[in-house]
Amino acid sequence: MLLLTQFVALPLFLYARAYFAAGSAYFWPLAGFLLAGLNALFLSADLFNLYVTLELLGLAAVGLVAAGGGAQQVAAALRYLFATLVGSGIYLLGVALIHGAYGTVSIEMLTPLVHVDAPRAVWFAAGLMLIGLMLKTALFPFHYWLPPAHGGAPAPVSALLSALVVKASFYLILRLWLGPFAALTTAAAWLPAIMGSAAILWGSWRAIRALRLKELVAYSTVAQLGYLFLIFPLLGADQLALQAGGMQVVAHGLAKAAMFAAAGVVIQVTGRDAVADVAGIASRLPVTLFAFGLAGITLMGLPPSGGFLAKWLLIDAALVRGRWELVTVILAGGLLAAVYVFRVLRQAFLPPPSGERRRVARRPVAMLEWTAFALAAASVLVGLRGMEIVRLLGAGA
Amino acid sequence: MSTGLVFACAGALLFAMGVAGVVLLEHLLRRILAFNLMGSGAFLVLVGLAQRFGIADPVPQAMVLTGIVVAVAATALALALARRLFALTGGYTLSEDGDD
Amino acid sequence: MTANEWLPLAVLGSSLAPGLIIFALPEKRIRQRTALNLFGALAKLALVATLLAGVAAGEEYAFRYAVLPGIDLAFKADALALLFVTLSAALWLLTTLYAIGYLEAAPHRSRFFGFFSLCVTATMGIAMAANLFTFFVFYELLTLATFPLVVHRGTPQAMRGGTIYLAYTLIGGTLLLTGIVWLFQLLGHGEFAHGGVLASLDGAPQWQLQAIFLLLIAGVGVKAAIVPLHGWLPQAMVAPAPVSALLHAVAVVKAGAFGVVRIVYEVYGVEFAAALDLLTPLAIVAAVTILWGSLRALFQDDLKKRLAFSTVSQVSYIILGVALLGPLGTIGGLAHLVHQGIMKITLFFCAGNYAETLGIHKISEMDGAGRRMPWTTLAFSIAALGMMGVPLTAGAISKAWLTDGAAAAGMDWAIWVLWTSSLLNAAYFLPILWRAWRKPLPAAWPDEQIPARGRRETAWLLLLPPLVSATAVLGAGIFADASWSPLAWAQLIAEREYPRMPR
Repeated sequence: MLLLTQFVALPLFLYARAYFAAGSAYFWPLAGFLLAGLNALFLSADLFNLYVTLELLGLAAVGLVAAGGGAQQVAAALRYLFATLVGSGIYLLGVALIHGAYGTVSIEMLTPLVHVDAPRAVWFAAGLMLIGLMLKTALFPFHYWLPPAHGGAPAPVSALLSALVVKASFYLILRLWLGPFAALTTAAAWLPAIMGSAAILWGSWRAIRALRLKELVAYSTVAQLGYLFLIFPLLGADQLALQAGGMQVVAHGLAKAAMFAAAGVVIQVTGRDAVADVAGIASRLPVTLFAFGLAGITLMGLPPSGGFLAKWLLIDAALVRGRWELVTVILAGGLLAAVYVFRVLRQAFLPPPSGERRRVARRPVAMLEWTAFALAAASVLVGLRGMEIVRLLGAGA
Repeated sequence: MSTGLVFACAGALLFAMGVAGVVLLEHLLRRILAFNLMGSGAFLVLVGLAQRFGIADPVPQAMVLTGIVVAVAATALALALARRLFALTGGYTLSEDGDD
Repeated sequence: MTANEWLPLAVLGSSLAPGLIIFALPEKRIRQRTALNLFGALAKLALVATLLAGVAAGEEYAFRYAVLPGIDLAFKADALALLFVTLSAALWLLTTLYAIGYLEAAPHRSRFFGFFSLCVTATMGIAMAANLFTFFVFYELLTLATFPLVVHRGTPQAMRGGTIYLAYTLIGGTLLLTGIVWLFQLLGHGEFAHGGVLASLDGAPQWQLQAIFLLLIAGVGVKAAIVPLHGWLPQAMVAPAPVSALLHAVAVVKAGAFGVVRIVYEVYGVEFAAALDLLTPLAIVAAVTILWGSLRALFQDDLKKRLAFSTVSQVSYIILGVALLGPLGTIGGLAHLVHQGIMKITLFFCAGNYAETLGIHKISEMDGAGRRMPWTTLAFSIAALGMMGVPLTAGAISKAWLTDGAAAAGMDWAIWVLWTSSLLNAAYFLPILWRAWRKPLPAAWPDEQIPARGRRETAWLLLLPPLVSATAVLGAGIFADASWSPLAWAQLIAEREYPRMPR
């Protein structure tokens, strides 16, 4: 995870440098905080520390969303702030209960302590913590805050948020699920799966209906996060589901960062944000469109991308357990993703409306285009280096 | 029922009230206050449960202290954003467009 | 890495690398682009020739690379793969020449040739895939690489055609994926092996195997345009002519048909598939497709659409050949894979010439075209006669073997299907020829763009490829007994790969 963070962050910072050529005083310190928070989160080993890092992360992210400064962005930031505060508040209450019951918050010490016959309070606490985190991961139906926040923020910020920040809380869920609460959660595994399925279908549907480009990408994040939650009922002795989840995190992180970056370029060049305004960029911004397309391939789960491997593993895992309903959802999700990705690509090939041609606002900045492209290419190439990632996951698990 | 437990129950109650406030209220200032109520409730539970058996435990107290710092920071940020929103739109409520 | 490992990769790379470089080239660098394209195509032909010689001598070429534990990206260049590879490589060269002439002044040529090369790469990958996973990877890559070609013109019709194409192929891909993963589940791997790999599987219930077969065939059947999954093909006709030629003769539909061949022979095994009662339904579906495609072709006035429905019908000859139990049908089907490719590409080249030179898009506008463009029309006639199965053409050979195969398999109804289809073929091709040769010249052509100059009826680059491929149609028919003909190669495959089959 640390590796992913740095890999995604580096090109994005290059991207941001070019994007904020005019200079945005707030972006850099906040982004620094954000990264610090992320790294701390992945490294910390007790529940309370995690709370602090979560808050650090959340506050920095909120600041970033608001960095654009417009009324809409501030409103989105506030909505995001409340969501993340409630989420971490609920998590904190859970921590409090756990501490009350066991007198410790170290993950390592807790793991052997929690049993199936744990007191009610512990069950309740586990539930609270997971719900709090789900809220922060924007799992359906707690996703309401994500599209405005991610869709409204400046492109590099959206990329950071979608690619990394939501993954942080997912990482926590996974860690708690497999660690301290392993004994409690097996019974409830279907719940995140159902929510995940709903997220895939609803998120994709909204993405298909979205009018604005970034809104589309943001809803696609909601849908893609759903995949992550499908793995819970499939976790087991064989590492398939875990590998699928890891692969999806990596692939989606890279692809979504690329997609937001590409969307940012499009918006900067055309000066518009509607999906319909993409028309004609195929000839004007071929590199960007290519990046968008490659990222789309990963999201659809078409080979040879990382997303495809994730999907393959996921279907495999679902079939091992005979979960046909999940297979259906996964496949349907892929098709829906194809619909919304190609909605954009299709527009891009259309000739721009007449009169529009003269209104070409700015020339694209090469740095912006190529960082987006590098991210997208990475998301696809990951598919060819699956062995390494699986091995890394194996070492981590 | 020990004092600690009473504190904890009160904390839980406060927390619930806080959540309801954040979710249901419209005015931003009230929502921010409700969030603080929520935080305090959680802290109360933390300290209260630890003191159930009458011995004061320094660890949760330290945690609460950290938590308070975090909450203050969050509140400050929220207030700053709310002021900004007021300056931009002249209102203290979040419009519901873009929400589903 | 030994030479036997890198050769298949080099075959892939010889179109992939030019493709990627072309994307990066600016639009204006026509010379470099053309040079790259031709260099790639020639290099590929040379490599394929090496492979052919090697395989004929009994060498084995294979390469594998683990992507995930238990899942390999694997290539093998066996005789069957080479049949398809050779066809694609040769036709790629012709189509490239043609496309250079055809798109002389068109915009976005970098993009076009880039995706074009990607398409060919994907086709090569499909041909040489050694397991279902690899097959699927390249199968989807083909879908993605052809979409920009179909919508290349950017018109609303192109968009509509492209969307329909995508909808069909992506859904097909999804079905295929389901089938493949299910198979992996039961079997633990998805390798292609001579005589099939499933027969060793005793425990699995029959219905599961049948359901998987249905999924797999439906998945590849979309690309092979089996009725009722053929709806995209006539719609995709909006693409530029070189694309139609490539899509219809080589890449997409053949990839589907080739998939059927691999699945029936090397996953299920022909005897095991017959034991599961799978071949007769497949043969019936193929027969229905043959007849339906021919019937629909009769009523099309748009030249390219008529050719498209003819493709629907002709590709199912291959599938019918596969579904006939026995080596004769196999040979006929495989030979037709090549024969249909060269015949249909000729037809599309010619249709493109008519459209580009004279603006003719409809059959009703073809009056007298033969007098204005004798060479093009000659090539068209040869290919059309081949489609009908007139003696001395390639089509006659494959039809003869298919008929024998049907007789040997005891499926007499299939013979009737083949004859009826030939009659229908005649019914929709002969009127075109009649119009082109016998009707008087019209007062003016719809949209004459390239004026006749002396004996040159159209641009050289447009004329040369159809003439070459028409010659090949005749050559494959007349010299069918020669050791280098497609038929001989198909016999080699049948002998080598299915030694256990009753002779």
